[in-house]
Amino acid sequence: MKGQDAQAPATPALKMLIVLGGIAMLSGFLVVLVDQLTKPIIEANQQRAIERAVFKVVPGATLRRNYLVTPEGVHPAGDVGSGNGITVYGGYDDQGRLKGIAVNGAGMGYAGLVYLLYGYDPDCACIRRFEVLKMTETPGLGDKIISDAGFQANFIGPDGLSARLNGAGTALENAILTVKHGSKQHPWEIDAISGATITSKAVGKALNQSAQNLLPLLAPHLEQLKRIDIAPAESPTNGKGE
Amino acid sequence: MGMNKSDDVTWDSFAEGLWRENPVFVMLLGMCPVLAVTNSAINALAMGLATTFVLMASGLLISLMRHLIPKQVRIAAFIVIIATFVTVVDYSIQAISLDLYNALGAFIQLIVVNCIILGRAEAYASKRRPALALISALGMGAGFTFALLCLGVVREILGAGALFGFDLFGANFEPWVVMVLPPGGFIILGAWLLLFDWRKHRTQLRSLQEERGRAG
Repeated sequence: MKGQDAQAPATPALKMLIVLGGIAMLSGFLVVLVDQLTKPIIEANQQRAIERAVFKVVPGATLRRNYLVTPEGVHPAGDVGSGNGITVYGGYDDQGRLKGIAVNGAGMGYAGLVYLLYGYDPDCACIRRFEVLKMTETPGLGDKIISDAGFQANFIGPDGLSARLNGAGTALENAILTVKHGSKQHPWEIDAISGATITSKAVGKALNQSAQNLLPLLAPHLEQLKRIDIAPAESPTNGKGE
Repeated sequence: MGMNKSDDVTWDSFAEGLWRENPVFVMLLGMCPVLAVTNSAINALAMGLATTFVLMASGLLISLMRHLIPKQVRIAAFIVIIATFVTVVDYSIQAISLDLYNALGAFIQLIVVNCIILGRAEAYASKRRPALALISALGMGAGFTFALLCLGVVREILGAGALFGFDLFGANFEPWVVMVLPPGGFIILGAWLLLFDWRKHRTQLRSLQEERGRAG
């Protein structure tokens, strides 16, 4: 009687192996095919996203060059972060003059890391603009750092947010600091948004940490970045049609 | 499961998923993306279309292979097939728009474990012929997309004062922020369920009264 449990003939293990193996192969083939088809488009999308953000934080820039900043020096770099060092994006106008340098930063906010791209202006040694790349802050509270005019005024004013190096060039003269709403006194202080203090502080921490790491390495080599030669194909008059 | 019922492609094989067996409002399946990505209409639409594609593609393939796949390994086979198409969707959305991809976050990959898809594969596609499986999957996907849009449209209008990103009320509108936060998802879902249930009860009551009227 027990034998009747298995009424249907048992499937041989070989058949299961063949079917599962076949499905896995088909699946692998499909995934590789789609990966090959979409890879160039995805890379172009990522480049365009970087470009858009760089031109936003470096006013007046129409061209971009990537650099890798290491303790040994500054080298041109590709779009994908390579080796040890800090990737920065130089923004140039159509004459090839450096308008500013866009740098990544991240600080811990209320609901996770706030990822920023900010524009450093070497002429005034200040930060002029920042753009949020990714964050999970509360809509209506933390995300005011993007829209709040008072908060943006910390950066947009004539002197920007001061990020001057000390005499020895080893660190910032004054650390960038987020202060309570309404108590900003110095050009290196960020006036927090009331009701979004934690996210405001995340911006301050992100800028301070990134600037403290990067600027001492970058400062000795700034002259070499000031000008670039423009290949004719790149000049915006030709390239704008894209 | 009568034979005659399962063999014809009728309007009902499509409309069933859209309305009478709507995956969200009737079967209450796939609640995780329903609550998580419906904070704007465009996210809801994209998630709905992505899920519809996975439903249709996996339904078709599973139906084509239904005599080949041994019963013992069917779930493993279904999951591999579903995961493949989810990966296809994942890459495609990255290629279409990075902003959309970032907005949908991990929920694209999580389509793999959406119980609507495995449920339909096991209960329907693995037992029907390809044409039926495809039409039914389209209906289920349309029903899912419709439900997501129901939530997304209301939440975006109330929570952001916009629809598909277009500002509706001008600068003076004070957004009802809780609506785009997780609690808003629960509130709006509850309101829609209430509405659908109320409608169902009313039609039932009316047909009952009609019957009585005829009898009397």
